[in-house]
Amino acid sequence: MDETDRKIINYLQGDFPIDNSPYQIIAQELGISEDELLKRLDSLLENRTLTRFGPMYDIQKLGGSFSLCAIRVPAERFEEVTQIVNSFPEVAHNYERDHDFNMWYVLATESLAKIYITNQAIEDKTGLKVYNMPKIQEFFVGLHFQA
Amino acid sequence: MDDLDRKIITATQSGLPLVKEPYQAIAQQLQIEPELLMQRMQAMLETGQIRRIGAVPNHYKLGYAANAMSVWNVPDDKVYELGQQLGALSFVSHCYERPRFLPEWPYNLFAMLHGKSKDEVAEKVKQVVALLGEHCAGYELLYSKQILKKTGLRLKEHSPK
Repeated sequence: MDETDRKIINYLQGDFPIDNSPYQIIAQELGISEDELLKRLDSLLENRTLTRFGPMYDIQKLGGSFSLCAIRVPAERFEEVTQIVNSFPEVAHNYERDHDFNMWYVLATESLAKIYITNQAIEDKTGLKVYNMPKIQEFFVGLHFQA
Repeated sequence: MDDLDRKIITATQSGLPLVKEPYQAIAQQLQIEPELLMQRMQAMLETGQIRRIGAVPNHYKLGYAANAMSVWNVPDDKVYELGQQLGALSFVSHCYERPRFLPEWPYNLFAMLHGKSKDEVAEKVKQVVALLGEHCAGYELLYSKQILKKTGLRLKEHSPK
């Protein structure tokens, strides 16, 4: 990653234009050619320095539902419970965290009812209590990571 | 959201094409006019259905190795004010109020903190402690140990009947 890559990463965390030739606009602002911008973006995505590039949708505003859920999984059952939880397509992310509440997953579904149904199914299959922690208020989402 | 919006979302949720005229390319794929596609996406930006269009860096690759979910116990009648202040800090990426489960889970304010090392995160925690002051009845940091699953969020092609 060189200086130009850093500039691209920092710049593209802002707003990308909706325009006939949006890459041309950004390339001009960065002082490089459109071809070079496209080539560099392609390799930044290829080597996973960028995880994605495009519109970020707010699933809740689209009528979908989201929830953060936690389970206290006994150490000896961790692998088994991971397999059960991950087998649900509604589970979008799942992280192990360094805590008594050691499994944290995010459900993304097309309705609120489906959040409850999925968590009920996870409780039934694991025999463990699910702590459903949907957001009550959102104060901030975003962050500019300085490259 | 109508059928066309849904088609636009499913066509773009994995990313914009890296071609000189990306919106034309998507419009062609959906067999609609590029102007209509751009109008619809502009409208979704204005309503917040699209948060923004841009790049998502892999923060681990940029050297942000220490990523903690910090959880705070603050009075319910102060959570709005404190949440706003916490969310405004430069090193906080997500900040939410969430329900408590008493007695085992007393925390109602969640903030993701990012730093290049655990020491750097510890410095930032000190800033949060100072900010919350007497309103903070306790907090914990939950560092991620491993990613067990990460598929991203996907809308299906057709809404369930």
